[in-house]
Amino acid sequence: MNALKKFLGLVWMILGPVAMTFLFIQAVEKVGLTHTDIERTNTMLQWGIILFIFLPISLGLMIFGFYAWKGEYERLPESSEDI
Amino acid sequence: MSETSPKNNIFKVIGASSLGTLIEWYDFYIFGSLAVIIGHQLFPEDAGASALINTLAIFAAGFIVRPFGALVFGRLGDLIGRKYTFLLTLVLMGGSTFFIGLIPSYKSIGYAAPILVLILRLIQGLALGGEYGGAATYVAEHAPKDKRGFFTSWIQTTATLGLFLSLGVIVITKNILGAETFGDWGWRIPFLLSILLVVVSIYIRMKMHESPMFSKLKAEGNISKNPLKESFNNKANFKMVLLALFGATMGQGVIWYTGQFYAQSFLENTCKLDFNDSRYILLWGIAFATPFFVIFGAWSDKVGRKWIMLSGMLLGIIFYRPIYQTFLDDTDFSKVEQSDILTSKALPSSALLIGNSTDSLRTSATQIILKNGASFNMVKTDTVSSQRGILSGGEMLKDKVLPIPVFWKFVGLIFFQILLVTMVYGPIAAFLVELFPTKIRYTSMSLPYHIGNGVFGGLVPFIATLIASFAGSTPLSGLWYPIGIAALSLIIGTIYLSNKKDDSIND
Repeated sequence: MNALKKFLGLVWMILGPVAMTFLFIQAVEKVGLTHTDIERTNTMLQWGIILFIFLPISLGLMIFGFYAWKGEYERLPESSEDI
Repeated sequence: MSETSPKNNIFKVIGASSLGTLIEWYDFYIFGSLAVIIGHQLFPEDAGASALINTLAIFAAGFIVRPFGALVFGRLGDLIGRKYTFLLTLVLMGGSTFFIGLIPSYKSIGYAAPILVLILRLIQGLALGGEYGGAATYVAEHAPKDKRGFFTSWIQTTATLGLFLSLGVIVITKNILGAETFGDWGWRIPFLLSILLVVVSIYIRMKMHESPMFSKLKAEGNISKNPLKESFNNKANFKMVLLALFGATMGQGVIWYTGQFYAQSFLENTCKLDFNDSRYILLWGIAFATPFFVIFGAWSDKVGRKWIMLSGMLLGIIFYRPIYQTFLDDTDFSKVEQSDILTSKALPSSALLIGNSTDSLRTSATQIILKNGASFNMVKTDTVSSQRGILSGGEMLKDKVLPIPVFWKFVGLIFFQILLVTMVYGPIAAFLVELFPTKIRYTSMSLPYHIGNGVFGGLVPFIATLIASFAGSTPLSGLWYPIGIAALSLIIGTIYLSNKKDDSIND
């Protein structure tokens, strides 16, 4: 199980930037599909919100993956003294 | 000092905490339930700069700031205590809700109306971000170790009951006043009513004592000097914050908001169900499912929190698409035969001038009642042009009322979705409380909870609707967002989370 935890850590580390890249490409594509200025501004705002929110979260996923890869989750703390 | 409180006292603690939290959820949800009417009243109808504020306010603002509220009030709760912090959040939430009900319309004060609403909505989100962690922590720190799941599950019922209360007040007010008056000024009543509920709750909460564990820490001089730094700068604690987010609250959040919010949005906007029908279905589903919060909370005291929560996510992943496909199939009235129709009646038509031209949009509707008890309006919109004559537009079936057996079938499907909500949500307060030490508990548990619920969960209707609007997508495409997030959380939770309960949280 510990080997799986470490291996998946790599997956989470990769998944963070992949998800952000996917969202960024989607944002550019959807803004490009708009026809009027108002539509464009609204679409940019919607996707701006999504990118703004999910950027730190994907960074968090990368850090989570890094910790998992380093074996930090092999043993979870059992009391506050472990923290 | 005893770790727990006497039995009669714990019920007072639960009652006082739950009432305030329920009111905060009520305040938060009436805005969402009335978003369309608020949009008409407080934002200009023609798009422009204000459309930005409109979008921001209605779809995202209140949800996005919840994690910031968790940080601000979580820190305060770990510094000055649980009691005074969630008193403050209650006042902020109740006050901002009341003032939303007082704000003049866009026609009266122009752009000031949407800007003020946006500010008040941000305050609501901040207050809610601070409230929940405080209430859950407060109850858990009073509860005996073998009943922590059971007692905190009462707090877990409040979010659903807050939604129930908001829907109930809206439906009753609308039915008493009539649709037109409700759209004109009656929508303000649910907001103004909040102040009475908040005053009662503040009175009750003022009589409460500080959490025994926090009081003990304070007496010993062991309270955290910088909870934010200790929560997020300490690697051992920060890695648990990340695990709580990705392995539990992220999946829990999407299951919660799919079952209780996206379902309503889907029935109303995609299936075009009647306003009352869609709300009654949800109200019945909530009423039948709510006791299961306590059942699963209590069960988690015996078998652990992890597998109950993850089972809820797994069932959501498996059953969401079949459930929503059934919603679509059973509300598809386009293939109704002439022999199925009992009566049809033309409704008054209306015409609207297009801009400055002489062309107009003519809307005509026919109400059709079927022999099986179902009914719907067939709405046709034509363009009447002085030069080109009548240009026929599309037809739309809306305001659908379901036959009784299908209505109850939908109640059953909503009940099942909320049952999944009770599985993921019933045990999660106890799970989060047990993950973090007393002196930084409020801060540490609030952040993953509100990112999971406020961001991943709160944006379900918005993101799912956005995905469903992409070229080549189907009405069910939006479900890939909650299914994908729940699947990721399920994998992480299964592999990394422990099912062991922390018996002593007095540290």
